[in-house]
Amino acid sequence: MSLTESSPEAVRLKGQVIGEQAVTGPPPREDLPSRKPDRWYKPKSVIGKIVLWIALIFFALLFMYPFVWLLSASLKPRGQVFDNSLWPRTFVPDNYVEVWDQLPLISWMFNSIAIALLAATAVAVASSVVAFGFAYFTFPARNLLFGLVLATMMLPGAVTMIPQYLIWKEIGLIGTWVPLWGANLFGSAFYIFLQRQFFLGLPRELFEAARIDGASYWGLFRRIAMPLSIPSFIIVFVFEFQASWNNLQAALIYLNAGSVEEFTAPLGIAYAMTKYSPTAGGHGDYQYVMVASLIITIPMLLIFAFGQRYFIEGVATQGRKG
Amino acid sequence: MTTAVRRDGPAPAPVSRRVKRKAAFRSKYNRRESIAGYLFIAPWIIGFLVFTLGAMVYSLVISFSDYNLARNTATPVGFANYAQLFEDPKVGLSLMNTLVYALMAVPLEIAFALFLAMLLARVGKGAGFFRTVYYLPKMTPTVATASVFLLLLNGNSGAINKGLEVIGIQGPQWLVDPAWVKPSIVLMTLWTVSGTMVIFLAALKNVPRDLYEVASLDGAGPVRQFFAITIPMISSAIFFNLIVLTIAAFQTFDQAYLLFWRDQSNASPESSLFYAVYLFQQAFRQFNFGFAAAMAWLLFMIIMLITFIQMKFGNRFVYYEGDDH
Repeated sequence: MSLTESSPEAVRLKGQVIGEQAVTGPPPREDLPSRKPDRWYKPKSVIGKIVLWIALIFFALLFMYPFVWLLSASLKPRGQVFDNSLWPRTFVPDNYVEVWDQLPLISWMFNSIAIALLAATAVAVASSVVAFGFAYFTFPARNLLFGLVLATMMLPGAVTMIPQYLIWKEIGLIGTWVPLWGANLFGSAFYIFLQRQFFLGLPRELFEAARIDGASYWGLFRRIAMPLSIPSFIIVFVFEFQASWNNLQAALIYLNAGSVEEFTAPLGIAYAMTKYSPTAGGHGDYQYVMVASLIITIPMLLIFAFGQRYFIEGVATQGRKG
Repeated sequence: MTTAVRRDGPAPAPVSRRVKRKAAFRSKYNRRESIAGYLFIAPWIIGFLVFTLGAMVYSLVISFSDYNLARNTATPVGFANYAQLFEDPKVGLSLMNTLVYALMAVPLEIAFALFLAMLLARVGKGAGFFRTVYYLPKMTPTVATASVFLLLLNGNSGAINKGLEVIGIQGPQWLVDPAWVKPSIVLMTLWTVSGTMVIFLAALKNVPRDLYEVASLDGAGPVRQFFAITIPMISSAIFFNLIVLTIAAFQTFDQAYLLFWRDQSNASPESSLFYAVYLFQQAFRQFNFGFAAAMAWLLFMIIMLITFIQMKFGNRFVYYEGDDH
C-alpha cells in the first residue's frame, strides 16, 4: 500500500524474498554450522580452485571499487575530487566538518530517520495484524481477499501516484511527512504475504491451548503470534526501512516544493548533486556530495549488519522448530 | 460434505436450497471467528478501498478528464488524453527507450547474477564473506550510487574510461553520447544485481548433487552439465527473476532521473528519457494530471501484456519439482 511498494527497488526486494521462499523453497542455510558440505559445488582440480578464487576476488574488488573511490574522493580537496586516485594526494578530513555547514545534512538525516522509523514501524505492525487475520481465522471470502492482496503487488505505483497525491492534498498534508509513511498504517501486500507465511508455520495447538486458558483473539495475536514472529517482523522492518530511506520519488512529489531543510536524505543529495554539479560549471565543491553520500550510506550498512544477523537467527529458529 | 442430505431415516421436511446453503455456511464459519477475522484484516481493507481501489477508479476518471489543480476540477474530455498518447512523440520515444533498456538490462542482469551465484556456490566456507561484499551495493542508497557513477562514467575524466584506456580502448562519452546513455544505466544496475544473485544462489543449492555425479559418469562435461542440469533445475528461479526484473525495468525512474533529469534544463540526450521519468515530469512538473494518468494506464497495460506473454510462453520451459512433464 505504501508509495514505495511498486518502485523498482521494492519490486527487487520482493523478488528476493518471494524468490527464496516461493520459488526455491526455504531460504538457504549456508551460515548454519549444521550445513552439509556436499551442497557446495566445490571445484576438484587445483587450477579450478585458483581460477575460482581469482574470479571471486576480482568481482569483490569490482564491487568494492566505487566504495573505496567514494571514501577517497570524500577526503580530497576541491580540485582533486575527479582525479581517480584511490589515495588522496592531499588529505582534507575537514570536508567531514565543513559538510554540515555547507548542506543541511543534519536536518535531512533527521527527517529521513524519523520517516523511515515511522514507515517501517507502521507497516510492520499493520501487516502483522492483517496477516494474523488471514492466517488464523476462517471467514467468508478469505481466499478471495487474500488473492486481492497478492494482486495489488502487480499494480505499478504510477497508476495510483496521482490520486494519492490528490487525496493527501485534499486532507491538506502536502509538505508534511505524512504522505511518505501514512499509507503504511494499512499494511502492505508483500509484507502481509511474508508475515502470513510465518504465522501459518506456527503450530495451531499453541493457539488452541491459549484459547482454553481464556485468551482473547487479540491476546492470541499480542501474546503468542507477535513474540514468536519477531524474526520475520524485523525482516519486514528492515526492508521497509531501506525502501523508505531510498525513496526519492515520493520526496520529490511531496517535499520538493518546501524549504531545503525539509528534504529527506535522497532528495537532499539529489539537490546537492545539482548544486555542486560537475557537468554544469566545471569543478564545483563536489567533495561535499561525496561526503554526504557516504554519510547517508552508513545507516544502511549498519542496518544490514544488524538485519543480517536477525535474518539468519530467524531462519535458524524456524529450522530448529521444523 | 456438510451439504449432503441424509439418505436413511424419515424424509426430512422439505427445505429450500437457500436454507440449506445457510446451514452449510453456518457450520463452516464460526460467527465470532469471522467477525474477529474481518476486524484483523480491516486495516488492509480500508487501505485497499482508499489507496488502491479508490485510487484506481479516481485515476481512471482523471485519465478521461482535464484536471485543473488550482481549482480542483476535472472536466471530462473523453478519450482526448489517450489520443494525445499517440500524438505526443515523446510518449513513443520514452516507451522505446524503456523497452530498449529492458531488453539490454534484463538478460544481462540474469546472466551476471547467475554467474556470480555460481561462483559463490563453489566457495564453501568463504561464501558468507563474499556474499556480504557482493551484497553491499544493494544496500547503498540509489542517490549515493548515482552521485559516484556520475563521476565514474564521465567521458573525459571518469575512472571507467581511464581503466579502458589502460587496456587500449577509447571509452565512449557515456553520459553525453545518445547511443551510450542506456548502457550507462545498465552498468549502474548491474552493480546492484546482488538481490537477483541471492535468489539464484538459493536455487542452485536446491539442485540435487547426485544429478551432476551421474552426468559426469556418463561423460558430460561442465558446459553440457550447465545446460542439461543447472539451467533446467533452476528454471523456475530464472523465470521468476525474468518477470520481476522486467516489471522493475519498465518502471526505472531513480537512475535515469538522477543521472539525466535532475535539473530541469533539457540538456540531456533524449535517449535517456525513460517512460517513468516522462510520466513524472508530466504529472508533477507540468501538472498535466489527465495526460499523466492516461500514461500510467498505458504503462499498466503494457506491463500486464508483457507479464502475460512471459507467463504464457515461459511456463513451457520451466521445470517444477514433482511435476511429471
